[in-house]
Amino acid sequence: MQPVNILGDKMEIAYYPGCTLKTNAKEFEETAIKVFEKLGIKLKEINKWYCCGTVYSLATDNLMYRLAAIRNLIRAKEEGYDKLVTLCSICYNTLKQTNLMAREDEDAMYKINSFMDEEPDYDGSVEVIHPLQILNEMMDEVKAKVKKPLNKKYAAYYGCLLLRPKEVAIDEYENPSVMERLIEALGGSAVNFPLKNECCGSYNVACNKEAVIDANYRIITNARKNGAEAIVTSCPLCHFNLKEIQKEVKKAYPDFVGLPVYYFTEIMAMAFGVKK
Amino acid sequence: MNWLLSKVEELSGENLYACYQCGKCSAGCPMANEMDLLPNQVILLVIRGDESVVDAKTPWVCAQCYQCGVRCPKNVDITKIMEALRLIKLRKNIDHIKLEKVKKNLPQIALVSATRKYTG
Ligand code: SF4
Ligand code: SF4
Repeated sequence: MQPVNILGDKMEIAYYPGCTLKTNAKEFEETAIKVFEKLGIKLKEINKWYCCGTVYSLATDNLMYRLAAIRNLIRAKEEGYDKLVTLCSICYNTLKQTNLMAREDEDAMYKINSFMDEEPDYDGSVEVIHPLQILNEMMDEVKAKVKKPLNKKYAAYYGCLLLRPKEVAIDEYENPSVMERLIEALGGSAVNFPLKNECCGSYNVACNKEAVIDANYRIITNARKNGAEAIVTSCPLCHFNLKEIQKEVKKAYPDFVGLPVYYFTEIMAMAFGVKK
Repeated sequence: MNWLLSKVEELSGENLYACYQCGKCSAGCPMANEMDLLPNQVILLVIRGDESVVDAKTPWVCAQCYQCGVRCPKNVDITKIMEALRLIKLRKNIDHIKLEKVKKNLPQIALVSATRKYTG
């Protein structure tokens, strides 16, 4: 097997699940662990972890919201890992942005380390990576594992938080292609999809559903008109906003035709012939 | 400098005067259709010290998607300016949502992020 640069010589990597992977997005976690095992990589859940707080706080003067993410990074380091992988796009974004802050903002880290006196000091040395960055270097191995090639057309939906802000982008932030290459490696075909990095409305779903219904209509219709038969994503919130409210979208827009929505690890499991 | 502008600059760390009102942020904003003020208009009103912006829908509709910030030719991160406007209210103990009214069948990820963005 070709060495995977992003992992160095290790074939085991610390895995941070986050809250939703243990509940609504269980199928995401289950398929991810299985397909990475097929590729010879063990996602080892860290022994202790806390909700990262989801969306990254942007206030300049409040460091409290950084603590949960820092604690998770310390847990990974304590267990001897220098890299941490997480599946959920929001967890990825928050852990990654927090870690960049830990590397760049000495004053903030001095305050945080002093405040968390019970913890060892943290310096940003754990690297946060997304599984798609690992797969990006393993397309040949992925191809070799395919037993039942996907024969459908898929739209790769990235949303926001894998790509922006650009400091944390897992790929070219205006025109990413890693998921398209994955779809093709699995035997499917990836359609052109200009709304692939447009926001699904995110947490608006809690109190301004109309905004999410409109975004869903725009995004799915755009994918369908470009020939997609299904949508592939990496975020449990995008997944919910695109999939679970399709009935309500149909009510608001009678011409709406929905599409199935999958996590990228689910289509990998299908193509690898891995049972759920 | 008016209090609103200095507060927004302090909370966001952004220089609003850098904005030359090209509108690129608003052109790419996926939530613009749901807004009562476009992102570039928000900047203008804050610079003018127009306090009505604090009660506008726009900061609450903003989904923190970072599209405006990555596209701004002047490196103004409006995402952070929207957060500053939300914080001005939240820190006065004025929550944007009543948690007991939020539907319970939402995934944690939606509930936690809505709590983070809409309550103080
Ligand atoms: S894109 Fe930047 S410079 Fe242009 S209007 Fe928006 S904030 Fe101002
Ligand atoms: S971060 Fe907010 S204002 Fe900026 S493009 Fe996204 S939704 Fe619009």
